[in-house]
Amino acid sequence: MLKKKECVAMLLAGGQGSRLYALTTKTAKPAVSFGGKYKIIDFPLSNCVNSGLDTVGVLTQYQPLVLNEYIGNGLPWDLDRTFGGVKILPPYQGKTGADWYRGTANAIYQNIEFIDRYDPEYVLILSGDHIYKMDYSAMLDYHKAQNADCTIAVIEVPAEEASRFGILTTDRENKIEKFTEKPKEPDSNKASMGIYIFNKEKLFSYLRADEADESSSNDFGKNIIPAMLAAGERMYAYSFKGYWKDVGTIQSLWEANMDLLGRRPALTLNDESWRIFARHNAVPPQYVGGSAKIENSVITEGCEILGTVKNSVLGAGVKVAYGAIVKDSVIMDGTVVREGASVKYSIIDSDCDIGAGAHVGGDKKKAAGIAVLGRGYRVDPGAVVEPGAMLPED
Amino acid sequence: MTAAGLIFSNIHDASLPELTRIRTIASVPFGGKYRMIDFALSNMVNSGITKIGIITHYNYQSLLDHIGTGKDWDLARRSGGIKILPPFITAFDSSAANMVYTTRLEALLGVMNFIDRCNEDYIVTSDCDVICNIDIEDVLKYHEANDADVTIVSKKINPAEYPLTAHTEVLTSDDQGNLIDVMDYTPRTTETEISLNVMVFKRTYLQNVLLDAAAHGYSSFYHEVILRKIRRDNIMVYRYDGYYSIVSSLASFFESNMKLLGNEAREGLFGIKNRPILTKVRNSAPTKYSADAKVVDSVIADGCVIEGHVENSILFRGVKVGKGTIVRNSILLQDTYVGNDAALNCVISDKNVMIKDGRVLSGHETMPFFIGKGKMI
Repeated sequence: MLKKKECVAMLLAGGQGSRLYALTTKTAKPAVSFGGKYKIIDFPLSNCVNSGLDTVGVLTQYQPLVLNEYIGNGLPWDLDRTFGGVKILPPYQGKTGADWYRGTANAIYQNIEFIDRYDPEYVLILSGDHIYKMDYSAMLDYHKAQNADCTIAVIEVPAEEASRFGILTTDRENKIEKFTEKPKEPDSNKASMGIYIFNKEKLFSYLRADEADESSSNDFGKNIIPAMLAAGERMYAYSFKGYWKDVGTIQSLWEANMDLLGRRPALTLNDESWRIFARHNAVPPQYVGGSAKIENSVITEGCEILGTVKNSVLGAGVKVAYGAIVKDSVIMDGTVVREGASVKYSIIDSDCDIGAGAHVGGDKKKAAGIAVLGRGYRVDPGAVVEPGAMLPED
Repeated sequence: MTAAGLIFSNIHDASLPELTRIRTIASVPFGGKYRMIDFALSNMVNSGITKIGIITHYNYQSLLDHIGTGKDWDLARRSGGIKILPPFITAFDSSAANMVYTTRLEALLGVMNFIDRCNEDYIVTSDCDVICNIDIEDVLKYHEANDADVTIVSKKINPAEYPLTAHTEVLTSDDQGNLIDVMDYTPRTTETEISLNVMVFKRTYLQNVLLDAAAHGYSSFYHEVILRKIRRDNIMVYRYDGYYSIVSSLASFFESNMKLLGNEAREGLFGIKNRPILTKVRNSAPTKYSADAKVVDSVIADGCVIEGHVENSILFRGVKVGKGTIVRNSILLQDTYVGNDAALNCVISDKNVMIKDGRVLSGHETMPFFIGKGKMI
């Protein structure tokens, strides 16, 4: 062993993201595309690197193929290290048997040995389904300053939305008094961001106790945090201010993409001081033709725009042919929108083919909802996909 | 059939003094996100060549920065990969043989060590002034099928369409592809077969030729080596018929870039299956178009923020175009900043140029207005 690490990050990336429906039939949620050239997992990974954390375990389980290939050796995030770096941690077969990850806590429990290789004082638990830019090192400093056993990052949410989150109630010193998952009548607006820092020894002892309890569902929110609170451990809330969005639903994924647009976008990606890294393929720059009309949009390399694009986010290699219209939509890499077709208020996954003259989705103001096409979906020429339709891949 | 590659990074520096004052022609930016060397490198890598030496002479800091470990071309290898070959000068020997090279032949003599250590059957060489996507594997097959000693890639062109200079070598060949004559270009109007300076050698043949040239004190590769060998050895031409453009002056740099606005160039360079042009990854955010942006007929790289009008132009990574600004027929290199209400026509701005609000700048297609690196206007 070369040297120990102060803190090891564990990124929970095994979730299916079932509320993203057609977008996650073949891909785990953290590998869903975002913002033209990113995937959701780029955010926590880049945050780690930018925060000086160079040891990240990525726990995968559901449809890991795309994710494994994407992360690879970790070079794009500068996590290709001789000691540490990014490591993919799938469930494995042990001497006494094999087991899937049964819950978030169990997933970490099964990788206690991985964490111990680096002999860290602290363990940072992250999830792969949020879009945000956060300095974890500031949170770690806070954790140390409070001499805490566990620190949970919280963000203030509007009172009417509080019942969708895990809500923390704290005293004036931010010491956590109560934690309730999705309370009907929330008594605080501090929502857990699903980001935890634990002292390693404390975490391990609670994980082992939790594992011994057969009635437990082996989940951080449901079991570990309540157990630690009940035992009176020092638990603090770390308030985060800034952009943070759970992109677990079609609506919120669409909104987060749209947050990149506008004169003063809620989320900016060309911030040199906090860069978001991603794995890139070799594609030429985008070409904008003589007939193109582009307004308030984010467009990336490899695109060929000959039609109209308005209020939209386009991934690498998207082609918008003559007379085609893309409006209020998110289109992921490699999709082709052919002559005279229109895509409105939709999320179109990678490598779809929208035939000439076809119409997908409807006007944002009138539409029933966001139309979603899964990976590789083909819309026949002249066909119509109703607003709010949810069509998985063929 | 195995081959190693050699790339000359400096040979045509003199033809583009504006952009090579601070870099090699190999590292001159091209086409929004590329450097000239990317084409030579990608052509080799796409043809399965994974040991490549890059012959450098001077000004190669930007080239080293671009190449890095070679990972972006999948050339960070334990065996082979990219080798930078800086000039080899002995401190105690000031004879001509140990001076920094000035010609192609002297450059090759300077890297004899690299060639001697190769165990590949063939050596492929390429310059960095030619923009093309060529299947070198096919050239190698042709070379092997003809049992040639040297194969020179040629292209038949109409001189009216290409800005050729006296540095271009004109080839004469017979119907079987045997090379008959080589001469420097002199102005003419008929269709001309020229050398693209992409060549395949039998390695052992190249080694012998170089030893012989060193012993005789030759300095010109085409005139003293090739011309002498033409009748005795098997020297062939391979006629390339794909897309091609050459950068031999600032005006032709401008023109070569502008050709990317046409389908022929984009298809011929970037549209070929399994032969991508690879380059260094910069990790820019996608480009942002504001509600007031108006962009037509342009090639735009990532990381740009466009709030004004852009027409018939090439924008490299990280370029900002302010509100009310009109950019026409221009090439703005990486991180050029154009403020509000400015007007640009036929401008080439080098990296990190700042053009302040309200400036009006114009050149002409034949004489683009060039702004040096880091200048503020």
